[in-house]
Amino acid sequence: MADLFRFELVSPERLVLAADVQGVQVPGSEGDFGILVGHAPVMTSIRPGILEVTTRSGKLKKFYIRGGFAEANPDKLVVLAQQSIDVEELNKSDLLQEIRDLEEDVTDASNDEQRTKAQFALDRLKELESVLAL
Amino acid sequence: MASLKELRNRIASVKATQKITKAMQMVAAAKLRRAQEAAEAGRPYANRMDRVMASLGAKVGMDEGAPRLLAGTGKSDVHLLLVATAERGLCGGFNSNIAKLATKDISKLLAKGKQVKILCVGRKGYDVLKRDHASRMVEGSPIDFKSIKRIGFTQAEQVGRKILSMFDEGEFDVCTLYYSEFKTVVEQIPTAQPLIPVKIGDETGEPGANGAIGAEAAYEYEPGEAEILDDLLPRNVMTQIFRALQENAASEQGARMSSMDNATRNAGDMIDRLTLEYNRSRQAQITSELIEIISGAEAV
Repeated sequence: MADLFRFELVSPERLVLAADVQGVQVPGSEGDFGILVGHAPVMTSIRPGILEVTTRSGKLKKFYIRGGFAEANPDKLVVLAQQSIDVEELNKSDLLQEIRDLEEDVTDASNDEQRTKAQFALDRLKELESVLAL
Repeated sequence: MASLKELRNRIASVKATQKITKAMQMVAAAKLRRAQEAAEAGRPYANRMDRVMASLGAKVGMDEGAPRLLAGTGKSDVHLLLVATAERGLCGGFNSNIAKLATKDISKLLAKGKQVKILCVGRKGYDVLKRDHASRMVEGSPIDFKSIKRIGFTQAEQVGRKILSMFDEGEFDVCTLYYSEFKTVVEQIPTAQPLIPVKIGDETGEPGANGAIGAEAAYEYEPGEAEILDDLLPRNVMTQIFRALQENAASEQGARMSSMDNATRNAGDMIDRLTLEYNRSRQAQITSELIEIISGAEAV
């Protein structure tokens, strides 16, 4: 079994995950990179994408993360993400349905403020969808 | 002396009030637990953010090229006060304490000849401050979250974006955030926290305490330190606002809970007093009626 290191995924609302893991694949702003135990200290911003965690038992866990940065030490990795969603909790058809709903909201919006708001949410979801489709 | 009917009515109305305050206290207690949990859950993020900010800020330094959010505009002529209060009253001194602190600082700043602008989050602080400082209110104030049940990061983002766009347009030099820090249920401390420029230094704690300071020097930054800092600074502003809003939410419920507890107890005391008075005057009335009957019988 590979050596473990401490991994923490933190969002503003809560500590999403804190565990000893085998490896983590991080979507860095300059490209994806994998982190294993003993990684050289590095700090990088992240782009919206999928973060893959190989847990202690070798299982793969995926999170969609957006906005933030990752900080790696030889024995620890901390990812601060503004938003993080467990991919297992996502459902493709629900997502598409939501996108359709929001598209309707954008066309039906009665004032600019509502439209911007709906458009904003829609862009976020489309971003999410495009990442998941990969 | 009040008539019996009046007393009965008063007792009934105080009892009704007591029921309301009791219910409000219990609701506040339930909400407090949730708000407290939320505030605690948000702490790891804010703490890590502080640490990273501190180490990055120390590296980039305060020299000429430093981002304006970090180093400030070099002036302190125009102050923006971001005053975060609750949307609702009936929570003891919570709102007025924050407003009082802000008012004190406003007069201090004005005495120094600075220009003051105020942005309120939450109706209650706005209502108090606009009495004396209506002309200093920033457009769009108060930002009001009445319809929002639970403060999330999106709300903090909304406030943060507004602040940042104002800063970019050079509408103020220094921004201070006013909120109430949650200590315990009965103790909330109105706090003024500098938001822009970012205060860096003491957040790191003692150097070497966690052995991280030495290692941090060797960090590799990707893309570059400056780019990360540019990305981080606005995020930091929002995180601070988010933390303040969460502390505020917990404080508000704590203040409401203890003030409603007091109100319930006061109502109980009042009911006791009124009941005593009611019984006494009823007895007095009976006695006087008896005397009338007896003296009437004697006269026959």
